[in-house]
Amino acid sequence: MEQLLDGFATALTPTHLLLAAVGVLLGTAIGVLPGIGPAMAVALLLPVTYGMEPTGAFIMFAGIYYGGMFGGSTTSILLNTPGESAAVVAAFEGNPMARKGRGAQALAAAAIGHFTGGIIGTVLIVLLAPFVAKHAVDIGAPDLFAVMVLAFIAVTSVLGASRIRGFASLLIGLTLGLVGLDEMTGQQRLTFGSLHLADGIDIVVVAVALFAVGEALWVAAHLRRKPFEPIPVGRPWLSKADLKRTWKPWLRGPVIGFPFGAIPAGGAEIPTFLSYVAEKRLSKHKDEFGKGAIEGVAGPESTASASAAGTLVTMLTLGLPTTAVAAVMLAAFQQYGIQPGPLLFQRESGLVWALIASLFIGLTLLLVLNLPLAPLWAKLLRIPRPYLYAGILFFASVGAYAVNADIFDLLLMFVIGLLGFGMRRYGLPVLPAIIGVILGPAAEQQMRRSLQLSDGSLTGLVNSPMAIVVYVVIVVILFFPLIRKFLPKTPAAAAAPEREKMDA
Amino acid sequence: MTTVTKPERGSWLREHSELGICVLLVVLGVLVLTDALRIPTDFAQRGPVGPKAVPILVGSLLLVVAALLARDVLRGGKGEAEAGEDVDLSAPADWRTVLLLCGAFLANAALIGVVGFPISGAILFWGSAYALGSRNLVRDPLIAAGLSIFTFVMFNNLLGVPLPGGPLMEVF
Repeated sequence: MEQLLDGFATALTPTHLLLAAVGVLLGTAIGVLPGIGPAMAVALLLPVTYGMEPTGAFIMFAGIYYGGMFGGSTTSILLNTPGESAAVVAAFEGNPMARKGRGAQALAAAAIGHFTGGIIGTVLIVLLAPFVAKHAVDIGAPDLFAVMVLAFIAVTSVLGASRIRGFASLLIGLTLGLVGLDEMTGQQRLTFGSLHLADGIDIVVVAVALFAVGEALWVAAHLRRKPFEPIPVGRPWLSKADLKRTWKPWLRGPVIGFPFGAIPAGGAEIPTFLSYVAEKRLSKHKDEFGKGAIEGVAGPESTASASAAGTLVTMLTLGLPTTAVAAVMLAAFQQYGIQPGPLLFQRESGLVWALIASLFIGLTLLLVLNLPLAPLWAKLLRIPRPYLYAGILFFASVGAYAVNADIFDLLLMFVIGLLGFGMRRYGLPVLPAIIGVILGPAAEQQMRRSLQLSDGSLTGLVNSPMAIVVYVVIVVILFFPLIRKFLPKTPAAAAAPEREKMDA
Repeated sequence: MTTVTKPERGSWLREHSELGICVLLVVLGVLVLTDALRIPTDFAQRGPVGPKAVPILVGSLLLVVAALLARDVLRGGKGEAEAGEDVDLSAPADWRTVLLLCGAFLANAALIGVVGFPISGAILFWGSAYALGSRNLVRDPLIAAGLSIFTFVMFNNLLGVPLPGGPLMEVF
């Protein structure tokens, strides 16, 4: 508690407050832009913080993160074309509401939902993270390795339509992660004698290349010549009747969102959908669902925000990113030579608590700034597409160049960007590749460390109860399609086709 | 593609162009494996597992996944192209735009060291906007130059992230 107050003291200095506000505004602005989700927003804004000290940089990131998420749902509601998976559900009810002239209420329900979900989620971080971190210190190399393998398997198996394509993406990421000097022996791997490659491929370059360059090229190949018209919107507000319908969904959201965010199951996609189904079932206005029921915006948005908080627990205490945004944030930590993980709360206690305090501040600023600014954000949706995608390439180049002031990184980004284009063309999900690049080297180290302890015997990987449990979970996930054949049809399976229809 | 009775060779390849991904995976796998086998083992290793083990595992898995993916594609499986806000999948791919964009991107990489970021960045932005169909000969270059100079000053002078100024900025 005292540490949290210290964190507030750090985060409430004028400079840091300004950075948080700038972060929220930048994050929302970039997140609102069509085609840019939170992950790309954070990746594109990374270079802004290169010159800052870590605390200020992460306070700004906290703002960018939540701002980007809120911006994404604005796009969903007003354009009906979600930029990223977490905002898909927001379009189900939000867009019909906007079309019926209730866009202002939909945005308000989303904004307050984000605020409520985020605040509850952040309170849970305060309560849980130190506890998890304390116990995670005792986690050994075999356990960490098992958890990382779980992250690899979960991210390829739970998300996406095709497992084999997920694995292909993961392996591409692992390959990119191999490039450079082996950390334990200093041997060169996949460097082909190039000095540029000996330091490894910078994660920022990979992230910006896959998210921004790949996306810009992919969109360019199939650019919609007549973009969707956004629905104009006034200042968000809620009537008493709306409030009565939304407060319960706001509070229910975190219950679903937070735990799902914390486990490696792909972030907000599954929990927001579950929240939508739950709200539909619990609502007194079932007939309105599909035509603009405000509960269907309030619940999932609160869920999305809380799941973002859950993601942070896993990222900060275990160093394990479960979503694309968390992966990019982890890359940002590594830029500063800070390794998130069990020891982070001991070693960088001041930084972590300032970051957590700034989550509260960022959320409050988000609510205060974004409600009045919503009509302005809506105008951003009309940006001419050539400028939008030219701008993405422009800032991607700035970011990649600024990492090392090296033209080689620009060329590397181009090649990986082309790879990202190909992956989008053939349905290879991008997230497993990013997770592979970031976690691959860490997983290898943990594995080698475990085997060192056991003198090379493979039993060294499974010598703790936790590792065994994790491997059992992995096996269940891997063989789930087989297991499902023997199970009776569940409601979730019956609901799946309905969801696909809505996606289309 | 609809009612072709005798599929030509070209159209078969087009239908199964996803095999290109398999080829890519095989190439990557072979690359990783040959590179791993090249690593000498006669130095002092810390621990029983050297720097070779993981590359050999990843390389082999790349080959396995390539084979599995090829089987999936030949059986009629298809990767779903990614949809998006500004993506119109019903239209065929517009390669001219993509190539022009690549050109603008590489022009920036080639020029940034010579003429500095303010100029090369403007070329990148204008070139990309032009490639994407913007043809306003007054507004486009103005926005490009403004954005580029603004970004340069922001990063180089305010945020402490150095970018090359080039001859243009030496005048000041």
